[in-house]
Amino acid sequence: MRIPLVIALLLIAYPAAAQPVTPQIVDDAIPASLTGRPGDAARGRAIVANRSTGLCLLCHSGPIAEERFQGDIAPSLAGAGSRWSEGQLRLRIVDGARLNADTIMPAYYRTDGLQRVARNFEGKTILSAGQVEDVVAYLVTLKD
Amino acid sequence: MSARLLCLGLVLVFATSYAAAQVATDKRRSGYQDMGEALQKMQDDDTANPGMLFVQLGGQLWAKPMGTDNKSCADCHGAAANSMKGVATRYPAIPQGADRPVDLEGRINLCRTENQKAERLPPENRDLLALEAYVAHQSRGMPIAPPYGPVLDAFRAQGEGIYRRRQGQLNLSCAICHDDNAGKKLAGIAIPEAHPTGYPIYRLEWQALGSLKRRLRNCLVGIRAEAWPLDAPEYVALELYLMERAKGLPLETPAVRP
Ligand code: HEC
Ligand code: HEC
Ligand code: HEC
Repeated sequence: MRIPLVIALLLIAYPAAAQPVTPQIVDDAIPASLTGRPGDAARGRAIVANRSTGLCLLCHSGPIAEERFQGDIAPSLAGAGSRWSEGQLRLRIVDGARLNADTIMPAYYRTDGLQRVARNFEGKTILSAGQVEDVVAYLVTLKD
Repeated sequence: MSARLLCLGLVLVFATSYAAAQVATDKRRSGYQDMGEALQKMQDDDTANPGMLFVQLGGQLWAKPMGTDNKSCADCHGAAANSMKGVATRYPAIPQGADRPVDLEGRINLCRTENQKAERLPPENRDLLALEAYVAHQSRGMPIAPPYGPVLDAFRAQGEGIYRRRQGQLNLSCAICHDDNAGKKLAGIAIPEAHPTGYPIYRLEWQALGSLKRRLRNCLVGIRAEAWPLDAPEYVALELYLMERAKGLPLETPAVRP
């Protein structure tokens, strides 16, 4: 009873998975949660708002009023949850290049195909599986 | 023979009309044009531009004897207003007898080690930046005029390759931001066209002068790419390509940035 709890805590505390699991892509979506559990929308909002964790607002704007400095390189995140299903959003975060090979949006859960990654980020995904699920859970709530 | 001449003629006509079109539609913007009015005023007014204090310091260092040869820059080059006029518009360049280009800062260090027998100044050293700003300032208002040649061209091509290649954990290239998205906002900051027109710059955030290399490293760190060591030839290659992109734009050293 005790030991699995310790392992579970260790997994949560570990920031970005060094070995990303290979998510199952069905059409233009990843239907299943990367962790097998639903994410937390409030945590997801904090990740999206954070300039050094999610980095989303570098490029996107979104309904996060307290962040004054937002980007306009990419479409607004407002309404993303009505435009896309949960599974579609998950694939867009995990690896948008699967949908648009030329996309400039970074793949948040992929480590291959990158060049000259800084040593402290080498082999790491930008977000962990749990963080991706949190972001997806938040985006789903953006119904306009 | 005549077909070849005709061909050549056509190419020439093409090239000249293309060049004319380039001039007419030159929409390139130096970083200066995207600064707020307050920063532009600060840059324009020599008594308010903090970079000018470093230019003055550079002027003092220019005249100061150094090294075991106890020679000043002025001993060999005389008045910088004459000898250094236009020099910064054509760097990086290949020093006589060398096989690779150096940037202005590298050239100044060459004079220190070879002509003054003084120690090399490390990157971002205040005196080095001041000397560089002083030399570059002698070209203020003059159009950037890069030199050419097989070795320079090869380095420049390498620089363009780096500029266009995606890199880092964020998998972005310089071109994605500075060509495709220039003028748009990255987290509220307007992305400049990356013209190296004002370097070394005075940055209010740093409270100091900073080199172009420092800027390039910041961009690399931003996309989580491995930055090259400060003496790496890759920076000189990138600088060569940036100067080519900015060819004809006037130098503004010392520019002011927020
Ligand atoms: C470097 C720029 C960049 C960053 C950083 C970025 N994106 Fe994107 N994103 C884009 C672009 C550009 C598109 C437009 C589609 C395309 O090019 O593939 C896009 C598309 C999207 C879409 C689909 C938009 C729609 O409604 O059509 C979603 C959702 C999205 N991004 C979410 C995010 C989230 C969440 C983050 C952070 C975890 C993020 N993006 C970070 C550039 C970025
Ligand atoms: C994700 C976007 C992005 C990428 C990729 C990027 N830059 Fe930048 N760059 C910026 C922004 C934003 C600024 C202005 C920052 C500021 O002033 O705080 C800037 C500033 C510059 C400047 C200074 C321009 C001036 O007017 O002073 C140069 C030069 C430059 N970048 C070159 C490069 C090169 C070369 C690369 C590739 C190695 C690169 N950048 C990659 C966003 C980027
Ligand atoms: C003992 C003589 C001597 C001293 C002292 C000296 N230089 Fe030079 N400098 C030269 C010579 C010789 C060249 C090479 C000219 C050439 O190759 O065309 C040169 C070239 C340069 C150039 C490049 C000029 C060009 O047209 O490309 C710069 C810039 C320069 N020196 C700056 C300095 C600075 C700054 C100092 C002091 C820190 C300095 N020099 C001290 C002799 C000297």
